[in-house]
Amino acid sequence: MSAFTALLTRDLRLAFRQGGDVANVVAFFALAVILFPFGVGPDPDLLARISAGVLWVTALLAALLSLERLFEADYHDGSLEALSLMPVPLEIQVLAKCTAHWLTTGLPLTIVAPVLALVLHFDVAGYPALIAALLLGTPVLSLIGAIGAALTLGARRAGVLLSLLVLPLYIPVLIFGVAASEAAALGLQSRPHLLLLAALLATSLALAPWAAAAALRQALE
Amino acid sequence: MLRFANPARFMRLSAVLLPWCAAAAAVFVAIGLYGALFVAPPDYQQGEAVKIMYVHVPSAWMASLIYAVMALASAVALIWRHPVAHIAAESAAPIGAGFTFVCLVSGSLWGEPMWGTWWVWDARLTSVLVLFFLYLGFIALANAFDDRTRGSRAAAILAIVGVINLPIIKFSVDWWNTLHQKASVFVMGGPTIATSMLWPLLVMATGFLFFFATLLMLRMRAALLRAKVRALRFGM
Repeated sequence: MSAFTALLTRDLRLAFRQGGDVANVVAFFALAVILFPFGVGPDPDLLARISAGVLWVTALLAALLSLERLFEADYHDGSLEALSLMPVPLEIQVLAKCTAHWLTTGLPLTIVAPVLALVLHFDVAGYPALIAALLLGTPVLSLIGAIGAALTLGARRAGVLLSLLVLPLYIPVLIFGVAASEAAALGLQSRPHLLLLAALLATSLALAPWAAAAALRQALE
Repeated sequence: MLRFANPARFMRLSAVLLPWCAAAAAVFVAIGLYGALFVAPPDYQQGEAVKIMYVHVPSAWMASLIYAVMALASAVALIWRHPVAHIAAESAAPIGAGFTFVCLVSGSLWGEPMWGTWWVWDARLTSVLVLFFLYLGFIALANAFDDRTRGSRAAAILAIVGVINLPIIKFSVDWWNTLHQKASVFVMGGPTIATSMLWPLLVMATGFLFFFATLLMLRMRAALLRAKVRALRFGM
């Protein structure tokens, strides 16, 4: 456990000291969302109808853009190799790195999302469900993303490849996230969708670290 | 199974099996096509358009089956480190992508006259589309590294992760209320489809299976020969 927290604080410290990481993700999220009123026109009814989908898709892309830094720097400067020699299982380390990634992307996105929802005229009744869905869904994005990031370490044109691998696997999160947010905004039950998101989180929390650790091992061989 | 991990033995065995598999594929597809187009009756609701089923359904089965084969080969390759298993998985991927593509296109052509639309975003269609992208991701990942073995191993892990999509495809029509119809062949208590329509379908599926086996062996033989040429040329 101490190794987990040590790695977590190290990654968080790196993210904050290097600066810009969190700010970039949030800025991308805000800018991409703000593009939509220009793209589809400022009609409040139309914006309200597509707001949940817009927020989720842009949050997904913002999370995707930040995935590369999950292992990339550690892989290139050799610290990943040093980490893999530690007596702590690689799976735990992956989990710590995913937690750090979520704290620096998923959580800020969730905090900013209500403000952007306001700009898109998202129905006030949907806010609790939107936030709950983002809190449950964004960790899944980090966990699934970790598999893709580990698989594409050292690949040619890793960025494009990463999106090809990860985006199809993100679709379930998107479907249930949007469904939960929209159901609440329309006055329907969002609980079943939130439970499904929680199931996705539980499954990926249990399985993704194994797959990502296996991918890291073959990258380090 | 591990005995066939020897490339030389695989080459000998596949040389014998290949013409038989090719002939079986041709015979089964010919009988199946004849049965589908001339013997099987038109559907009372769908008319002659139902005959798209004889291509659509077998290719859909093959799309899932080949993914399962690919994931199994990948697991074998990762666990026992057999290069032939890697070659099998990588040779199967483009064939599987092809069948998935045929399944999507034929389904679209069938959907237009029946549902009045080329495409709907229902669970079955979406999950098969995801399967198509998993195939493409596998192929892209396998070829993304300067070191070929790295690519093979990374792609193998991706194939195993993607297995999670197979049950979603299978049960998508039961879990969600979709436009796509429910299963009617592999159901508890026997198929709910008329025998006159079932036998051409099964014959076609058998033909597709032999066609896959033929293509897979051809591609694996080509890949093994290519590896041999590379080894001879560069002394690797």
